Amino acid sequence: MTLTRLPARRPEATAPVVARRDRLDKLDLKVSPYLYVAPFFAVFALVGMFPLLYTAYVSLFDWRLGDDTAKFVGVGNYTELLADPQFWNALVNTISIFLLSSVPQVIVAIAVAVLLNTNLRLRTGFRMGVLVPYVASLVAVGIIFGNLFGVNYGLVNSVLDFVGIGKIDWQADRLASHLAIATMVDWRWTGYNALIVLAAMQAIPPELNEAALIDGAGPWRRFTSITLPMLRPTVIFVVITSTIGGLQIFTEPKLFSAMPGSDTGGSTNQFQTVTLYLYQSAFDNQQLGYASAIAWMLFLVIVLAAIGNYFITRRLSR
Amino acid sequence: MTRRPGFLVYGLLIAFILGSVFPLYWSFLVPSHGNDILTDKVPPLLPGGNFLSNAQQVLDTIPFWHAMVNSVIVSGSVALSVVVFSTLAGFAFAKLRFKGSNVLFVLVVLTMAVPTQLGIIPLYMAMSEFGWAGHLQAVIVPNLVSAFGVFWMRQYLADAVPSELIEAARSDGCSMIRIFWHVAVPAARPAAAMLGLFTFMQSWNDFLWPLIALDQNNPTIQLALEQLQAGYYVNYALVLAGTTLATIPIFLLFVAVGRQLVAGIMQGAVKG
Repeated sequence: MTLTRLPARRPEATAPVVARRDRLDKLDLKVSPYLYVAPFFAVFALVGMFPLLYTAYVSLFDWRLGDDTAKFVGVGNYTELLADPQFWNALVNTISIFLLSSVPQVIVAIAVAVLLNTNLRLRTGFRMGVLVPYVASLVAVGIIFGNLFGVNYGLVNSVLDFVGIGKIDWQADRLASHLAIATMVDWRWTGYNALIVLAAMQAIPPELNEAALIDGAGPWRRFTSITLPMLRPTVIFVVITSTIGGLQIFTEPKLFSAMPGSDTGGSTNQFQTVTLYLYQSAFDNQQLGYASAIAWMLFLVIVLAAIGNYFITRRLSR
Repeated sequence: MTRRPGFLVYGLLIAFILGSVFPLYWSFLVPSHGNDILTDKVPPLLPGGNFLSNAQQVLDTIPFWHAMVNSVIVSGSVALSVVVFSTLAGFAFAKLRFKGSNVLFVLVVLTMAVPTQLGIIPLYMAMSEFGWAGHLQAVIVPNLVSAFGVFWMRQYLADAVPSELIEAARSDGCSMIRIFWHVAVPAARPAAAMLGLFTFMQSWNDFLWPLIALDQNNPTIQLALEQLQAGYYVNYALVLAGTTLATIPIFLLFVAVGRQLVAGIMQGAVKG
């Protein structure tokens, strides 16, 4: 599959010109691969890795925005952070929104994939249909759902009122605001993930199902004993990517606020997420050091969650 | 072929798709009538005739075209750069053997999971230092490469380019860069187009970093939309006209290449 040390088909080089060509040729073969991968690593190190690591350095200082006299405080920012109720509140909000969105999302995505995995007419049309929310930008989604979940004039409350449930204060109530934000996330990503699951379903060898059919297994039995286990790697993939993205959620809660432009995540921070708190600390309160400490704590949480997810998903779908 | 599914399957799918389309339709319906339908007990289902006047008001309120052009420049340059660098690196990882290639590729896979978004504070400090804050390069440069892109192109090129072809070209005295250009690039075209499309859309949607790095005088379309909401909170007819206007180009793109987008997502899932 790869090539090195090709059989020399050319006759032995005697002329010096040819010898130089050969040397250049070898150099080309040796050096080229590094030249091709170098831009990626160089740029990534510079704009991806270095800022992340430098964040750890900044987090050890009392570093104000626009102030060059940063004061070293050691782990001071971290101890302050661990005692900061607003941080814990934001962390709980983030995890709550994440769970409320990702659990139904995975289940519905699998269900939609099952529906799409039938011998449909207009197959491509249906697949494109479930992907429509993907074209809406996050900011548009935030604004649209902010309107739909409006307290007084929102369509959701009009419907709830009409069927007799009564209006829900989607802004002020903590759980309700999490549900509304989770709905935005799910609306945008469920169809996308359904297509990923569908692809994995179609990659299951048909012989497995045929054999089970001959053994007299019904559709539900075939689904739980063949399809679900075969989907395991894909579900792990979907869960881990949605963990990494979901725990950094920012745009949706920022735009959901009834006070546009505010970064507090509601009047009592009831839907402020960790990234939103990070943003508020850095750019409203101008505490770059403290915000950097938040960034590293979040990084830690993401790593732990990704590892934890990997093991949970592996066990569950075994 | 197995038999066609029954009404239940079609019904459920159509319900799901209606739910997927409805919020977007609503964001067109409101500005096509006006704010008064928000208080209607039963809102109308067909659009009215006020969309253009609301859209005009959007153009008068925010620098819409300026923001659109900015977004196209930013997303276009980011997509182009990601495609070029990913194809180069992907080719090397897929088809060339070199010392440390395995370790380096593992590194690429690991970096896919690194939440680089958390590095925004030093990045912001650097941008202010360079005087880039407020300029488009501040949002382009940090996104010039993508670990996912390298991974994606490697997976594709591993199958798409026959190794014999490269060997033959080598023994004919072809230099590496010519092999890349004449053998790998033509073969990579479908995957590169897909990667470009995904990167473009991702960059188009980016919000957190542009919010920090740019200002309201030189916004991307996402920032301009947020500005519209922040300034005119109550006037939903205006704000939703803005989101609809901004969604239309992407929607047209989706109609044109949606089929390939679906194929790309499904392909990526199996390879990834």
